[in-house]
This record gives sequence, C-alpha cells and structure tokens, in this order.
Amino acid sequence: MKIKLVIGVTALNAIDSPGPGIAVIRSLRDSKKFDVRIIGLAYEFLEPGIFMHDLVDKSYQIPLPGTGMEALWQRITQIHERESIDVLIPNFDAELFNFIQLADRFKAIGIQTFLPTASQFENRHKTNLPQLGKISGIAVPETRSLNTLKDVRNVSKDWTFPFFIKGRYYDAIRVFSEEQANAAFHKLAAAWGYPVIAQKNVSGEEVNVTAIGDGKGNTLGAVAMKKMYVTDKGKAWSGISIADEDLLLQSKKLIQALRWPGGLELEWIKDANGNYQLLEINPRFPAWVYLATGCGQNHPEQLVSLALEQPVEAIEAYETGKLFVRFSFDLLVNIEDFEKITTKGEL
Amino acid sequence: MKIKQNIAISESGFLFDPATGHSFTTNPSGLRIMQLLREGKNKSTILEQLAQEFDTEHDTLERDVNDYLNMLNYFKLTQS
Amino acid sequence: MATSKKPYERPVIQRLNAGVTGKFGQPSVTASVSNIDGNSVDALIQQFGSPLFVISENTLTKTYRDAERAFTNRYPKVQLAWSYKTNYLDAVCRIYHRLGAWAEVVSGFEYEKALANGVEGSKIIFNGPGKSAAELEKAIHNQSLIHIDHADEFYVLRELVQQNGQSARVAIRVNMDCGIYPQWDRFGFNLENGEAFNMIEQICSVDEMHLEGLHCHIGTFVLSTQSYSIAAAKMSQLALQIKKQFSITIKYLDLGGGFASKNTLKGSFLQGQDANPSIDKYAEAICSAILKSGFNENELPLLILESGRALIDESGYLLGSVLSHKRLGDGRSALILDFGVNVLFTAFWYDHKISTTQVHGQWQEDMVLYGPLCMNIDVVREHITLPPLNKGDKVVVHNTGAYNMTQWMQFISMRPAVVLIDRNEKPHTIRLRETTATIQAQEKIPNHLTHG
Repeated sequence: MKIKLVIGVTALNAIDSPGPGIAVIRSLRDSKKFDVRIIGLAYEFLEPGIFMHDLVDKSYQIPLPGTGMEALWQRITQIHERESIDVLIPNFDAELFNFIQLADRFKAIGIQTFLPTASQFENRHKTNLPQLGKISGIAVPETRSLNTLKDVRNVSKDWTFPFFIKGRYYDAIRVFSEEQANAAFHKLAAAWGYPVIAQKNVSGEEVNVTAIGDGKGNTLGAVAMKKMYVTDKGKAWSGISIADEDLLLQSKKLIQALRWPGGLELEWIKDANGNYQLLEINPRFPAWVYLATGCGQNHPEQLVSLALEQPVEAIEAYETGKLFVRFSFDLLVNIEDFEKITTKGEL
Repeated sequence: MKIKQNIAISESGFLFDPATGHSFTTNPSGLRIMQLLREGKNKSTILEQLAQEFDTEHDTLERDVNDYLNMLNYFKLTQS
Repeated sequence: MATSKKPYERPVIQRLNAGVTGKFGQPSVTASVSNIDGNSVDALIQQFGSPLFVISENTLTKTYRDAERAFTNRYPKVQLAWSYKTNYLDAVCRIYHRLGAWAEVVSGFEYEKALANGVEGSKIIFNGPGKSAAELEKAIHNQSLIHIDHADEFYVLRELVQQNGQSARVAIRVNMDCGIYPQWDRFGFNLENGEAFNMIEQICSVDEMHLEGLHCHIGTFVLSTQSYSIAAAKMSQLALQIKKQFSITIKYLDLGGGFASKNTLKGSFLQGQDANPSIDKYAEAICSAILKSGFNENELPLLILESGRALIDESGYLLGSVLSHKRLGDGRSALILDFGVNVLFTAFWYDHKISTTQVHGQWQEDMVLYGPLCMNIDVVREHITLPPLNKGDKVVVHNTGAYNMTQWMQFISMRPAVVLIDRNEKPHTIRLRETTATIQAQEKIPNHLTHG
C-alpha cells in the first residue's frame, strides 16, 4: 500500500532554461512508496507545469520572493487550509531564503520541509568556496574578491589570461585582457553588487553531480552526469550518466563537510592532472534530476521520506550509460484554463 | 463608445481579444462599466447607473470613468 | 440609502503580459494599517494635519531594550550612546537618555543640544571631522570624550590643553579594511598603513591628553556581520598592542554603528524585514570577537555602541494623503501624495514599505508614487503594487524614524509636525508644523527693497 501524500512543488517553468519542478514531480509520480497529489506553486501565468494536468493536480499562484516572507506565509497557509499539504519542496535558488526562514512555522502547521539552514545556505555561496575548500579538503579554483579597479589590476598582473569574472550571485564572464576584466567587473558589480569574484580558469572536462544528504554528513544518493549537448544558454540539453569513483568520493567528502540536508547539485571540473575541482554548489535539485530516478536513485522520493522523518537507506548503485534528451513540446491550453489562473490565481 | 463586438468578457473580469490575441483582467467596477457599454449605454447613463450602485461621489466617479474609458481606447478595445 | 450601495473601488483594467505575475487570488502585498498604538490614522491626521510624522514611544523603548539586552547578554560592560544626527528632536533624545543612553554628537550644535537635554559632559562623545577650537575647548572643560578624526585636530587640541593646563579625555577614530566596500578611510586614521599607531604615539607623548578609548565606524547599513567581527578583532589587537608598548590600558572600545534597520535598500532582491541581520547577530559578531581576542578578564574594555538607525527607524511612521490618481503616457498608474522627497528624504535610498489604511479588495495595480513637488526628482517609489487608491485616501510609510527628521528639507513647502505617542497611547506634538513665518523669521530685506 502506497502512502497517500499531498506535496507542494515550485519551479514549474519547464522552459528552455528549465526549473527542476517538473523533474521532481515526475520522480515523485514514479515512487513505489508514495501515492502523491501534486500541488504546483507558480510565480508566473505561463509556467508550463500549471497546464500539465497529468503531472500537476492543482496549481496556485504564489507571490514573488521579493514581496517578502510574510506574503508567502499568508499565501501558503491559505493554500494549506484547502489542500492540507504534507511536504513542501521549493526548487528555486531565489526563493529558498524565504522558505528556509519559514521552515519552523510551516512545521508548526503540519507542513514538512527538508532544507539547509540559513547559514548552510549562505556558506555555499561562491564567495565562500575557498574557505569551504580549506575545511573540506576539496580543490577549488583559486578565487579572489574584487572590490576596486586596483584589485582588478592586481589580479590581471598576478594571473594569466583568460580567467573568469563572476557576479556575486549569478553570471560569469571569461576575460582575456585587463580591459575586458575592467568591463566585466563594472557590469557584474552593477548587476549583483560587491564583491565581484575572480576565479582562475581551469581547463578540463566539466561534470555534474546530483545528490542528496541526510544533514548529518551522510550522502544518501549521488549520480554523476556528463553533458553531451549544451544550449546557447549553457544548459544541458542532453547528458549521460557516468560513474567515476573519485568524483563520487569528492562529492561525498563535500556533503560530509557541509552536513548538507536535502538535494543539491555540484558542478565539477576535471583538470589536466585528472583532479576534480569544485566550481559551484547549487542548493537544490538540478532540472535533470529525473535522470537519477531513471538510473535507479529516486532522490526526490528520498527527500520526502527525510522530510517525514522516515528512515532512508543510502543508495550507492545506479545505471550508467543512460541518456536524457530534452525536447520541446507545444502544450495546447484552452482560454478557460488561462482565465482561471489569471483571475483566480489557481487552476 | 462601444466595445468591439468580438471581445469576450467573462463574469470573472477576464477579457480576450481574438483579433489581437491580447488578454486583460478588470476589477468588479470595471466589469460593470464593460457590461453597461455592452448594453449600449452612453457615458452619462453609465455614470448615473454607477452612482446608484456604488457608494461614492459624482466627481470621483466621473474622473475614474473617464480614465477607464481612456484605457479602453489605449488598449484598442473600442470601436466607433 | 447609502448603506445599500456597494463599496466603491476605482475601475481598473490591466493587460496580461508574459512574465507578469497575477495580482488576483493572493493576499494583499501590504496589510492595511489603520491604527498606530491605539490612535487611528484618520484621527491623527484630522488633529495634527497631513502629512505627519509619528513616533511610537512603545516601539522605541522596546527596540532600545532589545538592543541593550542583545549586547549585555553577551558582554559584561556595555554602554549605548544615542547618535544625535539620526534624530535630534529633543523629546526623542530625552527618551533615550532616560533609558540610559549617552549622547554621541558630531557638531557644536548637537553638543549644545545634548547639554540642554541634561546629559553630563562626561557622557557626551564628540565625533566628527569638523569640530572648531571653541567647541573643543568646551568639550575639554566638560570632560567629554573627544574622538580625534585627523592630525590637524590633534594639533589644535594639543595647543588648547597645553595653554590651559587642563587635561583632555581622548580617543582616536580608526579606519581599516573589514572586507567591505567602500572602505570608509576618509574618517579617522588608517590602521593598516600605520597612521593610527603613529597618532597614538603622538598622543601618548602629551601629558595632558589621556588616551581612554579607540573608536571605529565601518560604514552605514552594513549587512555583513562578519565585517564587525573583523573590526572588533582588529580594534582589540590595537588595544593590546597599546598596552604592551605604552603600558596604557584602553578603557573603552567604541564600535560605532552602521547596523541595518528593517528597511529595504533600493535594488535589493529580498525584503529588508526578512533578510537584514537582527541586532543579536551584530552583537554576537562583535562581542565574541572581543572576548576571544586575549584581554585579561579584569581588563576587558567597556564596549560602546553608537547605533542610531537600528534603534529608531521602526518606531517612526509618516502619514500622508493621496492628492490625485494620475495616468501616465505609457498607460501606467501613478499617485501624487502630499509628501515628497523633501519630507521623506530616505526615499532616495529605500523602497519604503507603504500601507493603506482601509481594507481593499483583492485587486492591486502596479504604480509610481510621486510627491507634490514641481520637480522631476520627487519620486517616493518608482514601482509599487497597491490597491487602486483615490484622492483623499490615506497611506502609512513605515520605518521612517531615522534620518528623515534631521535631513528633511524646507524646500518648496513647509516641514510637517512630529507627534510622539507616549506609552499610555497619548499623542503629543514634539515639533510644530512649520509656517511661512517660521521661515521668514530668518530673512532680512535690505532698505532699498522694502518699498514699492
């Protein structure tokens, strides 16, 4: 007998630069443990998941993260009164701050989450990677904080081109000269504030890992993927599951050091010497997490069990050589459905 | 002033213009103006009707209805 | 008759664009606020006029107590000093002094105010780069704590103490790299390049100058608590170095202020209310850094904080009225309010939270909020989502206690009254609304312009 659960999921934007929501929902639909009713939580009218009635049972609009925590709280409690949500799985970087802050209040009304703490969330920011590398013994490309043009001049003198100038939160620009570095510094400072980050270029093979931690340092699942085709937005359009003992070992070491609770994506690069260096930590499942499910590790299902404080077995094995290939699909939507989501905020 | 014939207006305040593909939403007082326009009422009749239905002053109503009708023109929802 | 009519809301129509989020079916972005400490907004405006600043003594007192507790729970010797420039209305200053705060002033004018508010000279901290010789002389005489900002001030001070043979209690302001940008190196003496230590050496060579403390103030609206840890650690190291080299025990470390309030800085992604560090986080960063730095337990310096904004912002409200609803050329809605950037100076930095006073329906629209000045810069909010307000509707601007009632401008129109709601919920005028006579009292007309 499967356990019946109501699960709220965000990031229904299965577009060309997709959010992970639909992949998470498909994984939960595949679960042998749970029989789920999916409540889709959408920010915009046209998030495709709203109209995918075979995957999402009911959708509600929720206020944008910038509106503040209190507005989110009010809306979720309003939805909870009607739907009795058991577990909530937020999947956007930008919304996590608010959901993390509200986790205890959600718990008090019977909504479970399994999220990092505010400081764990903060510590995995790219400005903190060097520090994290030191603690965990993980190799991280050399990184510097840039606050002034003098800092840019110094780093241009000390390092060889090209290297990366990265925004505090998003964006990376590869620069080949001091002029380009200056321009990138100004652009990224204006967009994301200070400090701007300089990261040494590491040439090599990029590989990604989707994983889940139990919050005590144990890795309950980890699947590695090599991108096969990348869109002009830098997103994987197809990829293949691979196995590399060292890569999985490094990933587990990091999860141990972070004591990470819940899903995460690690972006690694294998340098010329064959060593893995950590480029970035994304604090939620990636949009390709369904590949892990298809390979025998259902991380979203594990996350739901963790949220419900049920015992979860670590899974080591997974099928390698399985591909995912994304495709575009034109969903046909009746104007009545569009009317409902735009005028009632639900569908 | 008339609302274009082919524009669909629903009870929820949702409008769809099949000629342009644009959709709109309007609030209850706006919807009431739409309905009165559909019934072929002119501006002064609309003002009288709204004054009877809603608790507000004449000047406020006149200014707001003018603004609303201007917005209908702005969105090209009207025909002469 | 009127009771049978439906409540009115301005008719609004909005086009649905891709990427636009719904305004329907969602809780109102800003819950309405019709009452401040037992006084209805309508009644306050009726009695004292619109616009109107309101200060809640209850909120002010609670915020002060919370801040004091945040530090005293973590460190044995703590003193708060009220930053006069944040809000120097005498009634406000007196509340802080009764709660136990010293005065922190940055001009002769503020110094006079502190004395007039009954603060003992020895409990006035005199900061800032612009102290005159006469002001310094008074501060020496009153045994105030003089925080030296630059070398020229040191020379004036040295001359004064040597002339009069009276000793001065001094500290220096130190600036340093705390990992934040911009680094405020225009105030005080730089630590890393040795300037601070050189100045200390010079002070120690003057018998009449007693080096009692070290002062820093790393920035404003600083969101990184880590920077305060760094500042506190560096200040502690400097104090220990002074002890070792000159056998002088530094009596106090003044870590200044710069703590964020609950306002939202322009361009922030998240609401300040949610994301800005609490006073406890700042206290933890500072206190643990000092405690870990290696002072003997019996020689721990007094910790002074000069927070202004974080103590008062939340207790201040600006009440105002809608003058008109307006349609802009591109179809956007705008409201003209009866207050502008001349009154709400902080609108230049913050996206202030603004509430309506009545409960509205679920419809909300995006709009621009303008002030009443005939000047293009007069924008209160470039973008806000509010119910369809109309002429005469009232609004409440939150978190306005800091810097508005000191930086406001008498520009084009008069400055509004300020009302304090006391702890028994009784309102008192603490600053009168300005009149034409207030301004003209300062003006003189030369003879040749007096007649026709």
